[in-house]
Amino acid sequence: MTEFLAATVRIATPLVFTALGGILSERAGVFAVGLEGMMLAGAFAGVITAFLSGSMAAGVAASVLGGAAMAALVAVATTRFRAEQMVTGLAVNILALGLTSFLLRGLLGRGEAPTIRVSPLSPLPVPGLASVPVIGPLLFRQPVLTYLALAAAVAVFVFLMRTRSGLTLRAVGENPAAVFAGGVDPLRVRMLAVTCGGALAGVGGAVLSLQQVGTFTDAMTNGRGYLALAAIIVGRWMPFGTLLACLLFGAADALQLRVQGLRLPVSSYVIQMTPYVVSLAMLAGFGRTAQLPAAIGTAFARDRPS
Amino acid sequence: MLRMLGITKSYGAVRANRGIDLVVPPRTILGLLGENGSGKTTLMNVLFGLVSPDAGTIVFNDHPLAGHTPREALAAGIGMIHQHFMLVPAMTVTENVMLGWDAAGRWLRPAAVAERIRAASHTYGLDLEPDARVGALPLGGQQRVEIVKAILRGAELLILDEPTSSLSPPEVSGLLHVLRRLRDEGRSVIFISHKLGEVLDVCDEVVVLRDGAVAGRTRASDTDRAKLARMMVDRDVSAPVAREGGAAGAERLVVADLAANDATGVERLGGVSFSVRSGEVLAVAGVDGNGQAELVDVIAGLRRPTRGHVFVDGADVTGRGVTGRRQAGLAHVPADRHTTGLVADMTVTENLAFRDCDGPPFRRGPWLDFGAMRAAASERIARFAIRVGGPDVPARTLSGGNQQKLVLARELTRHPRVLVAAQPTRGLDPGATRFVIDEVLALRASGGAVLYVSTELEEALIVADRIAVMYRGRFAGVVRRDAVDITRLGLMMSGALTESPDAAALYGRKAP
Repeated sequence: MTEFLAATVRIATPLVFTALGGILSERAGVFAVGLEGMMLAGAFAGVITAFLSGSMAAGVAASVLGGAAMAALVAVATTRFRAEQMVTGLAVNILALGLTSFLLRGLLGRGEAPTIRVSPLSPLPVPGLASVPVIGPLLFRQPVLTYLALAAAVAVFVFLMRTRSGLTLRAVGENPAAVFAGGVDPLRVRMLAVTCGGALAGVGGAVLSLQQVGTFTDAMTNGRGYLALAAIIVGRWMPFGTLLACLLFGAADALQLRVQGLRLPVSSYVIQMTPYVVSLAMLAGFGRTAQLPAAIGTAFARDRPS
Repeated sequence: MLRMLGITKSYGAVRANRGIDLVVPPRTILGLLGENGSGKTTLMNVLFGLVSPDAGTIVFNDHPLAGHTPREALAAGIGMIHQHFMLVPAMTVTENVMLGWDAAGRWLRPAAVAERIRAASHTYGLDLEPDARVGALPLGGQQRVEIVKAILRGAELLILDEPTSSLSPPEVSGLLHVLRRLRDEGRSVIFISHKLGEVLDVCDEVVVLRDGAVAGRTRASDTDRAKLARMMVDRDVSAPVAREGGAAGAERLVVADLAANDATGVERLGGVSFSVRSGEVLAVAGVDGNGQAELVDVIAGLRRPTRGHVFVDGADVTGRGVTGRRQAGLAHVPADRHTTGLVADMTVTENLAFRDCDGPPFRRGPWLDFGAMRAAASERIARFAIRVGGPDVPARTLSGGNQQKLVLARELTRHPRVLVAAQPTRGLDPGATRFVIDEVLALRASGGAVLYVSTELEEALIVADRIAVMYRGRFAGVVRRDAVDITRLGLMMSGALTESPDAAALYGRKAP
């Protein structure tokens, strides 16, 4: 049981960062379709930097920049140039996929995929609490990014709901004209929100590459960005709700892994589908009544006669 | 307090402001009058920094304002209450007040702000609950949220852009009361409106715009409705309308026991029967939301009735779609010109051609004949005096009155046998209103049957041969023009009186 719960937390951690980043973007009115690409860019930048510099801290910092750089593309395209948000996000996903594969071979492998190894971040037990049975290993004997994921959820909640900047960000996603009339440039808010969201998604990628695997493989995010997107909707664009949704998806995946070990007379591919079926079912259930930020997906332009 | 000199602004070929001078003294309510498209809104957007002018200077409290943003306008002490409120419906009153307000602090303190809202609400009689969700407030309440926002931000000059156009009469008098209190506190107000009565009632001074220039300025005590109307439109709109012809003929539109539900399954139309004859206007009066919208939608074919039938010239069109009804001779002017009446981002030509492009003259074989469409559009723009840069600009760029003319031009040039018009003059100035009424009466004179839904009783009395009052989805009464009693109609509108009308009133026959 403890093992199952531990797997749940492990699988959920990258989703949590990525989904929190997506919340920032979507609450400001920009669809976070590009999460997958931002995550992948973060995973890549993190592991390459850690490999070359030997510093894990530098690796995590690079993942922040990698995710933010991808997001900055989305930010500029969707605000300054009023590009369609869905298409821009998908384009960034495809770009990240190709760019990371290309750079991996071009920078380090001289045309072939090189072997990159860094030793993954090790668990960092909290003294005293780590030896409590069941919840000890689960909550207090985790690598550093897992703790940070929890902290990030709290931070995003406090920022969105308790600060005026957070209020402004939410208002931009609801009615940018109202924010503009209040003297704030909604486009600036959107650019900042999307870029910071990308930074968080980048850390989500670093969780995979630096904390869990210790290397980079092509397309290693494998749809987790889209899963994070689903978690945002199930979590109603609220940080803690989304955290919970990520844990649920994590549990579904952990269960799938265990069921595969049972050697049931069912194709393993069918079993591997379960987390996605679960997320689809939850979207069909929860998504129906979900209230999207009212202005999401719409471009904002000033100086138009009404 | 405020001096705007030589303000000029063009949108493409349309010159919205042509060298306008506007001076507002302290402690003054200044009325800014003008037809739709006369440049009022553009001038105010320039003042507030939402739009940058092509030329002109602004001095506010001895400080020049140039190339400023709304933030700088706010900081200088200018507050603007837009015609379409700049609020976030999903948030509470308190959250909306804190939005973009520097003094609210970096960290939100909703309780402290709520307290200030309560205090201001008490001082000015605004009656606001800080924790209420703005989307759940009536329009008058949302407007008071905008006012409290401006007051708390320390606005010395408040601009209200057509603040009364969507308010009920008690809400209007409440607003005027608030404005007087603001003036007595030492603030100034720019009151933009085309309702002459309200302007004369509340304003100290009046400035009238026409075609983007100042047509006149006067003290409110030195003028009257007729003078102001003449300044606004340069022709007399208060002359009595001509009601020619109109000997009621055969039944053209017959509605039998029509009922319909809203989206949530609640019955909004509870079985109404009536007919409209050739050469006749039946006005449907009543407070908005008593089933008028459902009645119009069902007749126009936009909504399925739960029971009942609609006949046009004797043919049962209940089962037909919109196209089928159109072919039977039915035209429809929807209440919401922005969503149902027009496609805002398509050109004037396309909008005018739209319901007729499935046949000649706009169709040639499988292709659209753009030349014919553009020629027809130019002809209609001239005939209906639509103020527009040309046939190829998007409908979105037109002012409200000109958009409504566009819808009317499309529907009336088809020479319909039956016209269903839902609040066709809502938000229009006196000149445009008069135009709509004249066109409706012209259709009546040429033998058309008109169902005219209006929430303004005064207007219903002008156009109608018979007036039906709707209350809770049913007719509370139908009165012939020659037997109108305003008091009785008022009682019917409030639900205090229900009369079962006789066949003569319902179907337009002479009583035996």
